[in-house]
Amino acid sequence: MFQSEYHSDLFGRLTLSAIPYSNPIIMGAVGFSAFLGILILGWITQQGKWGYLWKEWFTSVDHKRIGVMYIVLAVIMMLRGFSDAIMMRLQQAYAEGAGQGFLPPEHYNQIFSAHGTIMIIFVAMPFFIGLMNFAVPLQIGARDVAFPFLNSVSFWLTAASAMLVMISLAVGDFSQAGWTGYPPLSENQFSPGPGVDYWIWSLQLGGIGTLLTGINFFVTILKMRAPGMSLMKMPVFTWTILVTTVLIMLSFPVLTATLFLLTLDRYLDMHFFTAGMGGNQMLFTNLFWIWGHPEVYIVILPAFGIYSEVVSTFSHKRLFGYTSMVYATIAIAVLSFVVWLHHFFTMGAGADVNAFFGIATMIIAVPTGVKIFNWLFTMYRGRIEFTTPMLWTLGFIVTFTLGGMTGVLLAVPGADYMLHNSEFLVAHFHNMLIPGALFGYFAGYSYWFPKMFGFRLDEKWGRRAFWSWLVGFYLAFMPLYALGFMGMPRRLFHYDNPIWQPYLLVALAGTSLIAFGIFCQGAQLVASIRNRASLRDTTGDVWDGHSLEWSTASPPPFYNFAKTPRVDTLDAFAHMKEHGIPYRSGAPFSAIHMPRNSWIGVAMGAFTFTFGFAMVWHIWWMAVTSILAMLVLIVMRANDKNVDYMLSAEEVARVENDIVCATPPATGGLANLDPITQG
Amino acid sequence: MFGFWVYLMTDCILFASLFATYAVLRHNYAGGPTGMELFDLRYVLIETMFLLFSSFSNGFAMLSVHRGSRSATLKWLLLTALLGLGFVGMEVYEFTHLVMEGNGPDRSGFLSAFFGLVGTHGAHVSIGLIWMSVMMWQLFTKGITPVITSRLLRLSMFWHFLDIIWIVVFTVVYLMGVL
Repeated sequence: MFQSEYHSDLFGRLTLSAIPYSNPIIMGAVGFSAFLGILILGWITQQGKWGYLWKEWFTSVDHKRIGVMYIVLAVIMMLRGFSDAIMMRLQQAYAEGAGQGFLPPEHYNQIFSAHGTIMIIFVAMPFFIGLMNFAVPLQIGARDVAFPFLNSVSFWLTAASAMLVMISLAVGDFSQAGWTGYPPLSENQFSPGPGVDYWIWSLQLGGIGTLLTGINFFVTILKMRAPGMSLMKMPVFTWTILVTTVLIMLSFPVLTATLFLLTLDRYLDMHFFTAGMGGNQMLFTNLFWIWGHPEVYIVILPAFGIYSEVVSTFSHKRLFGYTSMVYATIAIAVLSFVVWLHHFFTMGAGADVNAFFGIATMIIAVPTGVKIFNWLFTMYRGRIEFTTPMLWTLGFIVTFTLGGMTGVLLAVPGADYMLHNSEFLVAHFHNMLIPGALFGYFAGYSYWFPKMFGFRLDEKWGRRAFWSWLVGFYLAFMPLYALGFMGMPRRLFHYDNPIWQPYLLVALAGTSLIAFGIFCQGAQLVASIRNRASLRDTTGDVWDGHSLEWSTASPPPFYNFAKTPRVDTLDAFAHMKEHGIPYRSGAPFSAIHMPRNSWIGVAMGAFTFTFGFAMVWHIWWMAVTSILAMLVLIVMRANDKNVDYMLSAEEVARVENDIVCATPPATGGLANLDPITQG
Repeated sequence: MFGFWVYLMTDCILFASLFATYAVLRHNYAGGPTGMELFDLRYVLIETMFLLFSSFSNGFAMLSVHRGSRSATLKWLLLTALLGLGFVGMEVYEFTHLVMEGNGPDRSGFLSAFFGLVGTHGAHVSIGLIWMSVMMWQLFTKGITPVITSRLLRLSMFWHFLDIIWIVVFTVVYLMGVL
């Protein structure tokens, strides 16, 4: 067990020297983050908004509010992860031969480890979970998810885990073992400090939140669809989310077990993965990727669902091949469990095993191809509107297809022996994740933003953001394909081959363009809020949508639907519009059963953070106390009789009437977030 | 109820990962003792009987709930908890004994996998015991209500699930380790 010479009962192995005073870059980052944090907290205080934030957002169990909070978390973490990316590009652009760059290897290793961990676990996951939180209950005609309180707990667990990663910047350091944390490097023998522990606990605790979300939405979609909405009448986005929740439920327990075993190795001197004493490092790699591969399909399938919605809406056509889309999604999910070894062809499983996984990996490209063709056929002979969401989708279709082909190349074990862990691989998976997943989330964000807040996003800045991201992406990652072919490995903090440097400079330029793209997205938000009166969504159906969420007001009332809609066909809302079926019902209304807000989710998040921090620093009393506190909270919740209330029919009528009579208030859409008393 | 069942299935996957780990590491003795040298099958049989009978008494507890008898339910739950506590107690004794001899989980990969799998099961049972005591207290103070009934149903699902996992554990670990 790691025993620092500075181990106390009160502070564990935490000492003041854990704060990296001597590293100006880190201290600069910490200072800047602290400054931004104080600015934001100060502004909220000055506006007197803490009560509002607490009552309406933090303690909310409303899926719409929780969804927005997830997206806010994702965006904040994206800024941190992107800063890591800029630093890596800067280092690699200049650290050739005599040049040493500005980052020592220990620091560079932490940066690429944090970058991967943050982008996958704390940007991609919260982003799509936020979008699914907002949209799915509305799409199926439900009033909330099956377990609203659990939804709040899931969010706060994720937020707490993100904070663990953030605090590792200021207190101690982060893992140097990559986002994959392979032993024996991640074992105590080679990584004795707090870094790998930060990585372990942020993934472990965040993973529990995600698993609970998976269970929540699986049950919600299966049990709470509007009457008449059979599975094959659900919107495609809901289908992809259903399949994603199955992937989450099947894969995340494996991650929990794997990290748990590594924890036992590090904390109790066990030998699951150690070098020697009967440990097996290949076991970790297998277990990790049995989770890891479904994980990447978990982040891509919701994006595919969003693309389906966007393509059909902005081609003003029904989605082509709905049935084949559903089956393709299921096929991708099933196949995603039999390809994991392609992440380590070179580890020595032998030609036969490699062949099986190589072939399986190539097969998985087929249902994805089915989807691409379906989107193309949807667009064929449609009346295409080049709105921002549609632009993101078109960028995706072209760029993702190119990147997918590089995947098929990598699936050939013989080729992979040359390209494994090269920059070619780095280019490939970024080609999947950025144009694949991230563009999808950006499209979903622009698509559902009017529904969330009552006004559209500025199109001009949206277009600038898109083109900057797209061109920036190509500039940043196409050179990496070439570098991979030229033999450059990944994760290099320094190299001696001058031929590589121009390519890395181009990559740096691309990264700067992406940075401008992010700036454009910020500017888009600011401009949209400023002009919200003219961008107002007055009908609730700003895009002429096909699914039920567009039948509600923008933003929807907190109970979503005054009367649960009856659904008869696919594209239920489009059907209602075409056949003149009224979708905003009038009186008489009935009382609606609603859940109350709860502070316990926030408290559980807080104690999750203290537990994680305590475990990292070996502050055992704090860890035990945190666990006991969470137990107390659970028992308190179990004894709480006051967890729900009946919203009276008169109250429903009043809110519905306000919607019907609403003229754009002078203050604009944000005023629609008026505190809603919940008794 | 469906949600809890789905959670139990994810717990099943967790145990499956631990079983896979055990399967890979089961011969990694690192010069230390093997299962044959360590496992006392008679002891494990008694342990197993504790757990099996606790599932049985849990069944009677649920029958009492449906009959509406608070006192009978409490008595059967108490018996379940005591039998469960007996199981955990025997397991803790076994573990302590192994550690004292120098055959703790830090001895070898095989022993790490053993302690990891059996210990995780034991931890689940212990959490179940805590849950059971909270439920007994709630039953005592509030009587049989619909909410408490549904919670007891979930607890019993959890308990029977752990029993099934234990059957696989003692088959794979103890029986196959000794044969």
